[in-house]
Amino acid sequence: MSEIAFGSDKSELISFRIGEQEFCVDIMAVREIRGWTPATPVPHSPTYVRGVINLRGAVLPVIDLAARLGLGVAEATARHVIIVVQIGRRQMGLLVDAVCDILSTADHAVQKTPDVASDSTTQFVRGLIAMEGRMISLIDLACVLDEREAEAA
Amino acid sequence: MTQTVLTVDDSRTIREMLNHTLSAAGFRVVTAEDGVHGLDVLQTERPDVIITDINMPRLDGFGFIEAVRGDAAHRATPILVLTTESEPEKKARAREAGATGWIVKPFNPTKLVDAVRRVAA
Amino acid sequence: MDPMEAIRVTFFQECEELLAQLEEGLLAMEQGEHDAETINSVFRAVHSIKGGGGAFGLDPLVRFAHVFENLLDQIRGGVTEAGHEVIAALLRASDMLADHVSAARDGGTADEARSDAIAAALVALTEGEAHGGDEAAPAEFEGLSFTPMTVALDDEPAGAAQAAWIIRFKPHASLYNKANDAVLVLRELGSLGRIEVEVDAEAVPLLDAMDPEGAYLDWTVRLTGEADEAAVREVFSFVDEDCDLDIAAADAAPDAAIDLLSSLLAIGTAGAEAPPLLAPAIEDIIAAAPAGAPGKAETAPAKAAESAALPAPQTIRVDLERVDRLINLVGELVINQAMLAQRVMESSGAGQASDVNLALADLEHLTRGIQDSVMAIRAQPVKSVFQRMPRLVREVGEAVGKRVRLVTEGENTEVDKTVVERLSEPITHMIRNAIDHGLESPADREAAGKPAEGSVRLTAGHRSGRIVIEVSDDGKGVDRARVKAKAIEKGLIAADAVLTDEEIDNLIFLPGFSTAAAISDISGRGVGMDVVKKSVQALGGRISISSQPGQGSRFTMSLPLTLAVLDGMVVSVGDQTLVAPLTAIVESLKPRPEEVRPLGPDNFVLQIRDVYVPLIDIGQAMGFSRTRVDPTEGVALLVESEGAGRVALMVDNIQGQRQVVIKSLEANYRPTEGVAAATILGDGRVALILDIDGVVTANRRVANRRDPPAREPLARTGT
Repeated sequence: MSEIAFGSDKSELISFRIGEQEFCVDIMAVREIRGWTPATPVPHSPTYVRGVINLRGAVLPVIDLAARLGLGVAEATARHVIIVVQIGRRQMGLLVDAVCDILSTADHAVQKTPDVASDSTTQFVRGLIAMEGRMISLIDLACVLDEREAEAA
Repeated sequence: MTQTVLTVDDSRTIREMLNHTLSAAGFRVVTAEDGVHGLDVLQTERPDVIITDINMPRLDGFGFIEAVRGDAAHRATPILVLTTESEPEKKARAREAGATGWIVKPFNPTKLVDAVRRVAA
Repeated sequence: MDPMEAIRVTFFQECEELLAQLEEGLLAMEQGEHDAETINSVFRAVHSIKGGGGAFGLDPLVRFAHVFENLLDQIRGGVTEAGHEVIAALLRASDMLADHVSAARDGGTADEARSDAIAAALVALTEGEAHGGDEAAPAEFEGLSFTPMTVALDDEPAGAAQAAWIIRFKPHASLYNKANDAVLVLRELGSLGRIEVEVDAEAVPLLDAMDPEGAYLDWTVRLTGEADEAAVREVFSFVDEDCDLDIAAADAAPDAAIDLLSSLLAIGTAGAEAPPLLAPAIEDIIAAAPAGAPGKAETAPAKAAESAALPAPQTIRVDLERVDRLINLVGELVINQAMLAQRVMESSGAGQASDVNLALADLEHLTRGIQDSVMAIRAQPVKSVFQRMPRLVREVGEAVGKRVRLVTEGENTEVDKTVVERLSEPITHMIRNAIDHGLESPADREAAGKPAEGSVRLTAGHRSGRIVIEVSDDGKGVDRARVKAKAIEKGLIAADAVLTDEEIDNLIFLPGFSTAAAISDISGRGVGMDVVKKSVQALGGRISISSQPGQGSRFTMSLPLTLAVLDGMVVSVGDQTLVAPLTAIVESLKPRPEEVRPLGPDNFVLQIRDVYVPLIDIGQAMGFSRTRVDPTEGVALLVESEGAGRVALMVDNIQGQRQVVIKSLEANYRPTEGVAAATILGDGRVALILDIDGVVTANRRVANRRDPPAREPLARTGT
């Protein structure tokens, strides 16, 4: 619990869906949400990097969050959305199935991720939030980049 | 009436410093970067006081003062020489060239403004 | 910003320029390419640094600069000759002065022991020729008025001793010629206390005999106040040589004062009567009168005209951020213009010479013009980087005990500011490397029949739209046997590898390669040539080495002139659109079947006239496709690569040539092999810009992976 430190004791989060699971990120990190546009693939990249897109003149990598979380590669369609997030000095797009809503939660409502067998999903989850019968996993954005890049960011 | 001071110095630092100090004391300041530039400025400006450095490219302070003193329009304009030299011969040469007075660098604002007021009619 | 802080910033900026000017001048003197103006400009540089430093109370810097300046003044005055030894000392002093400046800027202190030692050496050279010992002593300098003059009156308020002074003051004509005025002096005296002024006008001649610029009046002032004699003298400091002046205390009884006054008046009268006193003054007037003036006025502009051969260019200083904002906006404009053109094409159909199309062509022209002009704003000569190298050469040479002469050429070659800034690191490493590894020790050089002093050349120039920088030395060249042995030992190449001399030389760029037998102070910093290569590549550049055993080595680095735009060939590879830098492309051709030959199990070569060049399938090398393009179906781009010479790159087809705006891939993602950067095309999509050398390297690795035992039956031809 103590490791989840927010500026205030209340946080605004944006929740989104990948397959049947719901995730969320801190709204402070989100710059914008935009529809799917085809990305230009970048050679020698991990499979979860869909490529790069043009965001008003900046070249932005798009991470297929489903692939990153080990939930299978997304079949991107026009209904998919890209959540543009800022991590350190970098921006990147997260490809997700759909945005659900904006939630406001008290920090103490974030529960520690239960210590289940470490898999590629839980290593990116900072905690769990229970809300209206749904379970929402809070994504640790810094880990979405690989370790080496996370250090550099 | 606002008095105008022409400062002639090749050092940007000193020019800015003079400008800042004199402007704060209520003078209007025009600047030139060396003697030749100073003479150019005098084609269009009639400063009440001129402050000039000695060591400058193209035309040094001595040459500049002589030229000003030789110019009917400006020969009565007081000229203060900025110098770090404490040697009397530098002052003597400046005097010989027609300098009105001098300011020994480093100057403080009071000293500078005092010197200007002292020679300004 | 606080104004003083702003001036401080200006001061340190100016110091950088002055230090560069200083070093440049000293180096010209060292090479005997100097005139009187060189030593003057060197002197002025130190003088100005001292002046500004004094204003900010940077005492250690000022003390050092003062000693430095004294020696320069003697050289300037012809008292001391600027021989080799003296210039070497001056160069060391200029390095030390630079250290003082950095220390002052960063709030630290320079190496005092070193500073003192160098200052002592300067003093020794100064004393050696001129005055004995007492001239440059810092103690004397400290008296150089760091404190304001004591003119202030309010220091001692009421209660201080009242004093009275009788001042007799008789201006000479020369006083007025210097734009001083007796009235102003009296006004100044008046600020010291209560004054009673008496004027003796007896000497004033009749009107027709009067010189309008003469000086005929004689003033006697009684001053009562708290001023001491020094304060009273201070009032006359500007004029004391242009007047008769007598200051006497009048603190005795009034009677005595009156006596004194009358005796003074008597002197005054006597003076007025005595022609000898006035005569010189009148001569002065005649000399300085307008009649004499034109002659003087002529000499000054003549001097000016002489030196006007080097006119100061008209410049303004602009915050770099503003320029960058402008450049980004223009980049957007270029993209938008391309997008607009494409939309119009799509909606109106190609080839229609409508008014819209004509206007679009004009717009394109204009956009290109704006872009070129904006880029020119940031173009700077590489001089600022080159100027830092002489010091490096001195220090590295000293550290490894080698004598080195640096020759630079083309320092006025211009390149975008962002490129200039990033040149410093690779050039520094190349020069270190040349001195440390390239040059032999003086003894070895002499044994080899070479001059003991080694030579390192640093040159810059424009070549086919790029800047080419070369660092060459006249040392021993690459020891190929050792390099190869080392590479085998480190497992970088196979023991039985057959390599050309050129390939062996270029092994030094492989990661982890170091040839230093003993890890010296210089190369022991963990920076190998592989790091240099990486930093050059990150700039979209290439680096290579050529070497002649016993004669020396030459590193050649070529870089784009700007990191903002690039002339590119837009090509299709599979469903991807890629941009190849136009400067790398020698020609493009459609291979005929008989020109394509297999070489080994998986490789092909293309015969171009009588030469076979490797044929690389970009789609495969970059991992876009697992199958090769049938070379006879596609287009081959013949490119010049830095590592492997000419290579043919297979693409599906060519879309056209276009200037593209370079966008960083690293800003939000990471560097990628084979990709120099990205750009945005007219349809708004991102296209990758190829890094030709990266593609060649990547292909080599793909080829190696295909080697046994991991042999994979890949389709060799066909799409």
